[in-house]
Amino acid sequence: MSSQGTGPDTDQDTRSAPQPARGGDVLREIVTGNAVISVLAVVVAMAVGGVLIAVADSGVRGSSTYFFARPGDTLVAAWRAVSGAYVAMFRGSVYDWQAATFAAQVKPLTESVVYAIPLILAGLGVAIAFRAGLFNIGAQGQIIVGAIVASYVGFAWDLPVVLHLLLAVLGGLLAGALYGAIPGILKGRTGAHEVIVTIMLNYIALYFISWILKQQAFNPGRTGQRSPAVEGSATYPLLVPDLLVPGNSFRLHAGLLVAILATVFTWWLLERSTLGFEIRAVGANQHAARTAGMSVARTLALTMAIAGGMAGLAATAQVLGTERSLTAGVAASIGFDAITVALLGRSRPLGTFLAGLLFGALKAGGFLMQSVTATPIDIVLVVQSVIVLLIAAPPLVRSIFRLPAPPARRRRRPRAARPAGGPSQEVTAP
Amino acid sequence: MISPVPPAAGTDTTGPAGTPVRARADYRTTVFYGLAAAVAVLLFALRTPGGADTRFQVVTGSGLFTVPVIAVPAEPVAWLLSLALVGAAAWAGVLTHQRRRVPLWLHIAVGVAFVLCFLVWVGAGRAALIPVTSLLAGALALSVPLIFGALSGVVCERSGVINIAIEGQLLFGAFAAAVVASRLATPFLGLVAAPVAGAAVGAVLAWFAVRYQVNQIIVGVVLNTLIIGLTGFFFSTVLSEDAALWNARQPLGTLPIPLLSQIPIIGPVLFSQTILVYLMYVLVVVLHVMLFRSRWGLRTRAVGEHPKAADTVGIQVNRRRVANVILGGAIAGLGGAFFTVGSGLAFGREMSAGQGFIALASMILGRWSPFGAVVAALMFGFSRNLGNVLSTIGAPVPSEMLLMLPYLITIFAVAGLVGRIRPPAANGQPYVK
Repeated sequence: MSSQGTGPDTDQDTRSAPQPARGGDVLREIVTGNAVISVLAVVVAMAVGGVLIAVADSGVRGSSTYFFARPGDTLVAAWRAVSGAYVAMFRGSVYDWQAATFAAQVKPLTESVVYAIPLILAGLGVAIAFRAGLFNIGAQGQIIVGAIVASYVGFAWDLPVVLHLLLAVLGGLLAGALYGAIPGILKGRTGAHEVIVTIMLNYIALYFISWILKQQAFNPGRTGQRSPAVEGSATYPLLVPDLLVPGNSFRLHAGLLVAILATVFTWWLLERSTLGFEIRAVGANQHAARTAGMSVARTLALTMAIAGGMAGLAATAQVLGTERSLTAGVAASIGFDAITVALLGRSRPLGTFLAGLLFGALKAGGFLMQSVTATPIDIVLVVQSVIVLLIAAPPLVRSIFRLPAPPARRRRRPRAARPAGGPSQEVTAP
Repeated sequence: MISPVPPAAGTDTTGPAGTPVRARADYRTTVFYGLAAAVAVLLFALRTPGGADTRFQVVTGSGLFTVPVIAVPAEPVAWLLSLALVGAAAWAGVLTHQRRRVPLWLHIAVGVAFVLCFLVWVGAGRAALIPVTSLLAGALALSVPLIFGALSGVVCERSGVINIAIEGQLLFGAFAAAVVASRLATPFLGLVAAPVAGAAVGAVLAWFAVRYQVNQIIVGVVLNTLIIGLTGFFFSTVLSEDAALWNARQPLGTLPIPLLSQIPIIGPVLFSQTILVYLMYVLVVVLHVMLFRSRWGLRTRAVGEHPKAADTVGIQVNRRRVANVILGGAIAGLGGAFFTVGSGLAFGREMSAGQGFIALASMILGRWSPFGAVVAALMFGFSRNLGNVLSTIGAPVPSEMLLMLPYLITIFAVAGLVGRIRPPAANGQPYVK
């Protein structure tokens, strides 16, 4: 990647290794860089969301019936609806100036982080798989299986304080890794497409959790709803003590530290370790990797195991941190949101971390927006997917904003010779 | 010694020198049949109580042919069926040994015998009836969107574009059909709106995949999210505010075909349906014939297998792909109409519930052919309906395990345990001159 040194690959590259360029080229580089594209994509997506909010608002539709007589009414109503929704979203995700106490004012920010933790972890899993050219749609199933094991260790075993948490986390990690390894092994041995296998494994996990929640061990009442609560010794400790912010009710837990460690580990794995080099080589060109003496099947299996392990960690954030018991809906839509997180983060560890924070904030803000204004939280899905679509197609963003095309050297990329089924190229360097 | 088939090491059937060496026999079908037979003998036949009856109800409700409840003696029938399975496995072994193909009807017969054997065991000595007709009718109903979705996948992927957005196309089709049919109070106009909506999703997919060469799987996944968000958003706002105007139920009426619908078991299942299902029958046959017998089909397959060669002989690769993806989107969108006007329901949030992904799996299991996709989709529909029906009867097997089964089978299938599955060679690869 860095051998090209042209900077089309990452925002990190653009920032850390600027081209020895002449005056005009520097500006050109900044304007066509990926960071700008990302920001513009967010702007466009928010605008699209705004249009939808305005269209769906009953006040706007009411006044639009006499639009040509008094267009101002429609515009004012639209502005009210859109700004009301986005202001509520900001209050729900960053800072709520209407709250009475300092703790309540800052709470939205911590809520954003709480929602972001599993997104970051699962997103890292998807991102690692992307780098090996694998498309891991199975984070959903890996989260479910990880959550089952982690919560079981958490509520059924009786262990001392630190050990209990460690074992529960390890259980979730290993369960997710084993479940994730299945598509990797099958891909390496038989060539079974990982997209299909992971989709099928998602459904199998879904039926498995609804079955296991009806068993005596997981649900003494056999209602099939919720497992016993995870013991206190196995939950992630809360991060913000009462001493620091008096009277807080923050849910922010030590899962954040796990997410940070996992991000650093992923960076080390991909950029500094031998396995990471093999992962990237397999993702770039399987045939070349095989010729160079790497075992492609082994790399694929290990990659998916690590990816599944990350999803398992995301599961621990849910069952040992936020929810503290196992429910059938434990994975919610985290596994699918993780795909968009990894795409937005361009499969880079830091990028995925930041993308997870952004999507966590959108989620937290979306909940407040839904309760304060009439705007449903589905708008967040629309905004997220428009962002990712635009980021995947930089020429489209450039044509919307009439930005100049990137320097001609990008065209040297051999586009016709892409390896089959390797999304990583487009992900890392769209 | 020159042979068209490369000699395989270790085959016990290599002929003497001078005769052509035969290919290695592939006994996977035999093994699979053998497993089914073993399960039938050990789990079903041996555990069926003697002297008990299993009662099948053939027609529910008021049919013209009110066939009475059929009671069969459970134990002998279970043994008969499982021994037939053993025989089928043995015969498949003989056929494979002689390097002859196992015929398609045997696959179907084995499947039917296995399911019947299972049902006989489940129903043995129970008061509850096994409702055969509603079991089949429900299976067909659950399969309709799967079949439309799988056909959509076939049209797209045969031309080399992966269509993961089937889910979104189904959902958007369902949404558009419900809204248009409700607003204009005509269910048939819903059938017009649904393919248009699906085609719109297909057009966006084609635009990003062909014009910008974005990875097709990524575009598909993101489009699914987008459609879930869009339809959910409008469902919670506009559709909920005035449901009578925007989201009223507009069922398509059933049109029983005069004579055919009076055939005993299959008549009411197959020929007493809405126009959407009849459209599906036509579409399946037309697509299969067109894909393998027409100029359009030949060009589509050429573009999907070897775009450069197709381009060399003057086929416009990208134009063909765009057209096919839009057509595929329209087909899936039409299938989505089944969720709303086709079933007489109002639109609900995320009502396609992952069926698009099952359609995708059906297409792969059916090896990218319309008929094969239909068989696979029916398998998914049947097993899902079987799970639902058995959980109401109170089967001795957890319904979750039954519901899991088709997904497990799919994994075995794509892992090559049932047979080799090969996608179109240029599937998923953008074509740049």
